[in-house]
Order: sequence, then structure tokens, then C-alpha cells
Amino acid sequence: MANELAHPEKFFLSRFGMSDRAFERILGTALERKADYADLYFEYHSAESLGLEESMVNHTAKSVSHGVGVRVCAEDRTGYAYSDEVTIDRMRLAAETARAIADQSAPMPAIQVGTPAPRHALYEVETTPLEIPLEERARLLHEIDSVARAYDPRVKNVTASLAAERKIVMIVNSEGKLVADVQPLCRLNVSVIAEDGKGGRQMGSYGGGGRVEYKYFLDAERWREYAREAARQAIVNLEAGDAPAGEMVVVLAPGWPGILLHEAIGHGLEGDFNRKGVSAFSGRIGQKVASELCTVVDDGTIPLRRGSLNVDDEGTPTSRTVLIEKGILRGYLQDRMNARLMKMKPTGNGRRESFAHTPMPRMTNTFMLAGESTRDEIVKSVKHGLYAVSFGGGQVDITNGKFVFSASEAYLIEDGVVTHPVKGATLIGDGPDVLRRVTMVGNDLALDPGVGTCGKDGQSVPVGVGLPTIRVDGITVGGTRA
Amino acid sequence: MARAHDESSKNDPLQNLMEPIDTALAEWVLDAAKSQGATAAEVLMMSAESLAAGVRLGEVEKLKSSRERRLGIRVFRGQSSATAATAEIDRGALNDFVANTVKMAGLASPDPWSGLPDPAMHLHDLPELALADTDTGIISAERALEFARSGEKAALGADPRIKNSEGAEFESGRYRILFANSNGFNGEYEGSEFGLTVAPIAQDGDAMQQGFWYTANRRFSRLEDFEGVGKTAARRALRRLGARKVRTTRVPVVFDPDMAASLVRSIAGAASGPALYRGASFLINRIGAQVASPGVSIIDDGRILSGLGSKPFDGEGLATGRRHLIEKGTLRNYLLDCYSARKLKMQPTGNASRSVGQAPSVSSTNLYLEAGPYTPEQIIGSVKQGLYLTEMIGFGVNLVTGDYSRGAGGMWIEDGQLAYPVQEITIAGNLSEMFAGIEMIGNDFHWRSSVVSPTLKISEMTIAGV
Repeated sequence: MANELAHPEKFFLSRFGMSDRAFERILGTALERKADYADLYFEYHSAESLGLEESMVNHTAKSVSHGVGVRVCAEDRTGYAYSDEVTIDRMRLAAETARAIADQSAPMPAIQVGTPAPRHALYEVETTPLEIPLEERARLLHEIDSVARAYDPRVKNVTASLAAERKIVMIVNSEGKLVADVQPLCRLNVSVIAEDGKGGRQMGSYGGGGRVEYKYFLDAERWREYAREAARQAIVNLEAGDAPAGEMVVVLAPGWPGILLHEAIGHGLEGDFNRKGVSAFSGRIGQKVASELCTVVDDGTIPLRRGSLNVDDEGTPTSRTVLIEKGILRGYLQDRMNARLMKMKPTGNGRRESFAHTPMPRMTNTFMLAGESTRDEIVKSVKHGLYAVSFGGGQVDITNGKFVFSASEAYLIEDGVVTHPVKGATLIGDGPDVLRRVTMVGNDLALDPGVGTCGKDGQSVPVGVGLPTIRVDGITVGGTRA
Repeated sequence: MARAHDESSKNDPLQNLMEPIDTALAEWVLDAAKSQGATAAEVLMMSAESLAAGVRLGEVEKLKSSRERRLGIRVFRGQSSATAATAEIDRGALNDFVANTVKMAGLASPDPWSGLPDPAMHLHDLPELALADTDTGIISAERALEFARSGEKAALGADPRIKNSEGAEFESGRYRILFANSNGFNGEYEGSEFGLTVAPIAQDGDAMQQGFWYTANRRFSRLEDFEGVGKTAARRALRRLGARKVRTTRVPVVFDPDMAASLVRSIAGAASGPALYRGASFLINRIGAQVASPGVSIIDDGRILSGLGSKPFDGEGLATGRRHLIEKGTLRNYLLDCYSARKLKMQPTGNASRSVGQAPSVSSTNLYLEAGPYTPEQIIGSVKQGLYLTEMIGFGVNLVTGDYSRGAGGMWIEDGQLAYPVQEITIAGNLSEMFAGIEMIGNDFHWRSSVVSPTLKISEMTIAGV
């Protein structure tokens, strides 16, 4: 396997008996009617996960899947067919199915495959956790279990999981480009249940990962931090009072609370929604949508990050796209089709979950650049508000712009001081409006630890977010205390 | 109204009726596992095909055709187990696959609660549940596009303020499942599903709102009228125009049937075995306790003919059945697979669910809250000031504590009438209190999905707004 991976473009050729000539014929078949573009997406995916609960590593699961998808694009139409049998016959059949999207016959274009396409080198890892002996990985989960349980006697249950995968992908398109990539990804998660002995029960979760080697979790004993954080959060929440309800000043901690940007801004700036004019941000490029303190980027080129890619799933190298610059809306996130239809450049954001899905514009790592305030200055400036430290998931209604994200650890701020913990609550706001209310931006930008997964139209892809401490003057906090 | 299901579908050749799964291969895999040193094994084979066609603003937007075959196993060495899945389904590759999985099982911790079900619990005569349409196969691209077009056209024509669309999509699919284990259980079934979704956008000045509606069924002929689906989607978009925030307050909340179904889903999540034995549920040790107001009965029934959640046997080869989760407000049953049942010292309930290459998990089958006596109008009419809830976003449900806080939208009720649309608010409470606070239950019960509820009124929740 190791040799094959040094030249991933050769992997599919040798494993499934493919050749450049076969690709040319199939792409030719795909374009037999009047279409703009066709591509083939090959995927070979291996994954392994290991789970601990009740101090036993009793879950081990392994999977291998592979397949090929054939896509034909004609103007704004997409034909797609896929199969998990990677054979010339199946691909030809898929090409014939996919081309039904184009309705006029056209002379078969001459396609010459072989133009090498550029890609980044963001995660040239030597080994992935898949190559580490299972016993060693199991031992790590046991140590996590001990550390979390030792944190506090109120810790009653610990679950931990280590998931690792490797995707080998190859994209061949009707422009003759051929590009392949090996994409490692892993994630370590810890969940803790704590009980106070008086009937109160709470959960805390933490984790991290990325396109990294196994030793990432051992460096600086990251695994220990994950275990302690999960336990700490569960214990804090045992003490939490009812969350307030209503609009108030909210201070967001750095890192994962950047999910605010993902929901409030990011989705609304994806090219497909804007081409169709169905986003609350449609037609707003050049307008002021945030306070001057806010500059927001999407960057798929940060080494080793969960949301990074050498090339997107259409073979375009990823890039750094400025979405908002000092408050002004600057750019959209594009895949090939939407970029072409909007007469813009692809930004390397065409992503898909697997060969069973068509690409669409998706985020990579989305974050706000650091400002000048310190965290202490920001907290001190608030008379009455909420300090939100960690979050679960979020969601947005693209069309009306309303978004939510749910705090899982939060505190009251009273007279400039962080005081009592309050229960988790959902925060709701308006995407095009919320960043106008940002009045302070911290100098402490942090990216999330590497656990984010984004869902859109039934497809999940790994993403990253990031944020410095920020003060937002008015978000509705959905607690119970009216 | 002309149903989109026309005569021509009768002549539709069942072009994509699925090939039977290779039963002999399943037996071969089980034998291979045993000869590699497994003490017990299970094999799950799935093959699936589907075709989806989408239109937007009347024009063809997408066609997607799929074909998948996967094989998964779980093998045991004593009390240690491992699961694995592969798409490489030839005997040469499978031999290595099985050997590696057996080896992996040897490395897992022995778990005293793991294992296959007691063979005496297996089902021998599988019920016929009519899960696959015998008249209609996979719908051709041309007809699927025509159906999607008719749904979207009805939405676009419903009102001049419907100016844009996220399109309409028609999908049909068929799948075949084979499950066998080394205790001699062997079962196979085929299913089908058809569905249309329509998502028009209403516009008024700068404000835009999306509407969404759908129909789904295992039988093509039982789909709802496509134009009706489009018109409902349009109505749902239009009634959101002009939505505003309201002041933070505590009021009654009326959940429309889809929103009420999501509450039923939350209860099922808290009543499912893994959440219970992990200590991650507010329903731990509550069997026999009053957990909802006395009018509330929630039933899980895996054997409803052609039900979207029906199956002849569960993910471990046990019989599915009909059980009360909640009977007249009292918690009667949990949803359990064999593993969680052993841990909780209870009997499995036939709710093991399975995806290829995964250990069993737990899910409901067809889950519903029984209809009550009131029309939705009577329920809305009973509210002086309150929220008629038609949308929720976000994931703010904590099953460990029951704490509930989600983004919400709908219509404000004033003096028993729907007065104006509201958005950018949250509703919050605790599931225990919310279920205890169910004051009125609607008579508007329809099987639209595998989890269903009529309209519900909850006496009071916190609304956060301005």
C-alpha cells in the first residue's frame, strides 16, 4: 500500500485496471450530447474506529468502500450516476445515464487525459492511526478513561472513541486534467456523564483531531487535555442554573464558538444559493454586513487541519477566500459549476461526502481574524451578559438568514466579572445582521480542536472553524428564565 | 384532482426489480468466519438502487442514479467482537476480509454482555408486510422529471409572491436486505420508497421565506397528489412572509403535527437502550412512572403494512412488534436491542437497527402518538396568547437532562386566531415538564413518515425574543 500511496494517481490504474485511454473513452461517452463538462471521481475509503465504554474497549469496526461517480454538466444542469463496482462497463453505463441531462446531440469531443494538475501538500503524513497496532490505540482509550474518572468522584461514566480514515481520491475531467490525493483524517472524542448524587446528571464532551498522525494525540499529552476537558464540562454543568431568556450582550470564547461564523455567514455565502438568489446574502457583495472590526476568511490551505484539502473534490486546489473584509462583503465560496454560471473563479470549495454524492460549494476552515482587545478587556466591558465557552451544533435557514447555535457551557457576566454557570441554551440571530453588532474583537484567535462536521443537503463533510473572543451586542438567548 | 399516478404506470416494466441476494454467499461467509476461529458470526448484505430527478423553475436541474452493494459482518471470539464492512464482494477478497475481522475481534476487550440473541428468540415465519411496491419499479427519469415539474409548477402558480424556488425532486428507490447468523437465522426482504419534495420561495420586498413540503410512501399509488404537495409548500412559504420577533414571555405552545413528531422522536431517543445504560437519559429507572399527561399514549409498531418504518425482523433477527412506550401517560417500555437489554436486565424489544458494518444500535420502527379528540382549530382556538409552532432549527435537546431549547418559528396566536408570523425566537423548557404539560391532543393523525403525531398543545413554555 505504501508505494501505491506515493503516487495515488497510479493506485486506481493498477487496482482497477484503468488507463488514460479508458478515461478518454468514458468521458467521450459522457459528452456525446451537448454538455459543458464531465468528470470522473474515484474514491477508495478505509476507516477504522475503536470505542470504549464502561472501561472496556468493546467496539471495533472497520470498513472499506470504493466507487466511481460520473458527472455531466450542461449549463445549470447536472447528471450524475455512480456505482460501487469500479469497472469500465459500469462506468460506461453511468456515463450514458448521466448524459441524459443534456438534450442535444453534439460531435464527440477529442479528450486527451494526462495534463497534470497542481495540488498542495498540506498533510504528507508518514503514517495514519490505521497503521498503529490496535492494542496501542486501545491502551490510549483506557488511559483516557482513567484520567477522566480521576478528575472528580462525581464522574460516573466515560465513553471514548478514536476514529481514523484514509480516502484515496482521483478526479479525471474532460479538460484532460487528472489529479489524485491521499486524505488522512482522524478524531478522538471523549464524553463524560457526571452525577451529583441528588438526582442531577450532566454530560460533558471534548475531542480533537485533523489530518494528522497518531502521535498528534500524544504530543503535549493532548489526549489528557481532552479527557479533563470533558470531565470538567460535565462537573461545571452539574452546578449550572437556569439560563436567561431574551436578547442580551454575549461574549463568545475563542475557538469552536466560531461555529457562529459557519452558520451566520458561511452557508449564506455558498455559490449555489447565491446563483439561485435564494440566500439572505444574495446580491450583497460590496455591501457592509459587519462591523469594521470583522474580517472573515475561509481557508482550505492550513496544514494538517480537519477542514483542509490539497485539492477539492473537483480537483481545484483549495485557497484562502476573504468573505468579509473590515465589515464589507467580499466573496462567495464556489465550486466549478456555480463559478462558471456566475462568471467568477472557482475557489476550491467544491466538496462532496463520497462518490455517492455530487459536489457543491462547501466551507473548509472558516474563521475571523484577530483584533486588538484582550479577553479581560472584553469581559470587563460587559455589565450584564452571557459568556459562552463551548457549543454543540448549529443550523441556519439560508433564505431568511436566521441561524442558531447551542451553547453547552456558559456563564453569566455580572458587572464585568464571569460568575455562575448556566445551563446550555440555543442562541438565535440573523446572519446579515449579527456581525454588525460585534463591538469588540480579541487578540486571541484560536481554531477549533478539530471535531467539526457540516451537513448540507444530506451530505456530511469535515470542516473547521475559528474565532477570537468577541463581544456581540444583542443576540437572543433561549433560556427558560424569562 | 388528477392524481399524477396515471394509467401508464401500470405498464411500467419493473425494469429495476432487484436481483436476489446470493444466499449461498452469506452461508459461505459464516462458514469462513467459523473456520477462521470465530465462535459466532453474523452477516448483513444490502443492495440498493435509486433514481432521483430534480427540476428548478421548470427546467431540468439534476438527475442522479445510484447502485450499491455492501456486505458487513460481526464476528465473535467468545465475548470479544468486531464489525467490518466491504464493497469488495468476491470470495477471494472476502476470505482476507473475514480473516482480518476475526483477528480484530481477538484484540477487543471481552464484554460479558455481548453476543448473539438466544436462538429460541429468533423468528421463523417472517410476516409479509408489503414493504416493496409490486406494481411500480424505479420510476424512469422522464416520468420522475414530469412529477417534480407538476409539483413545482403548482407551487409557482399558487401566488404571484412565489417568485423563486429551490426546486422540486422526485426520487424512487429499492433495496434488498439479507441477514443471517451462525445460530441458523436467515431472513431476507425487499423494500421500496417513493417521494416528492417541493421547496418554493416567497418574496415580498427584501424579505424571502422558503416553504417545504413532501410526500413519501412505499407504494407509488399512495403518494399524495403532487400538485397538492406543491400548493401546500407554497402556502407554508407565504404564511411566513412578514415574520417578526415577539417579546420574551411564557405562553402555551401548539406544536403542528411535524413539530410534535420531533418531540416524539426525542422521547424515543431518551427511551433507547444505549442512552439508558450509559446514564445519558432523563428516563432512567422511570418504567411504571407517570412521565406524560394522562392523555398521552406513544406506540412503536414495526408491523404496520407498508409502513415506512416497518420491517419483518430487527437488526439481530428478532421479531418486531407493537409496544407502548407510554400508555396513558405512564412509561411502559424502553426500546432495546439484545446488548442494552442484557445490561439493563430486561428483554429485547425487537428495536435493534443495523447499518452494514456497524454493531447493532437502537431505533424506533413506526412510532406514533395516538390521536386525541380535538380538531387543530379547537386547539388553536383555546389559546388566548401563544405560539403555533411550525418550524424548529438547531439541536438544543439535551436527553441527559431533558432540557430543551431550540430556534423556533410559526404563527402568533391572539384570542384563538392565527394573527401574524413570528421568527428568530426560541422555545425552551424541559421534556419532562413539556410532556406532563400536554393539555390537548389533535385528531389530525396521518402517516406521513415513520414518526407521527397529531397537533399537540403544551400548557406553557418560555419564548425568548426581544
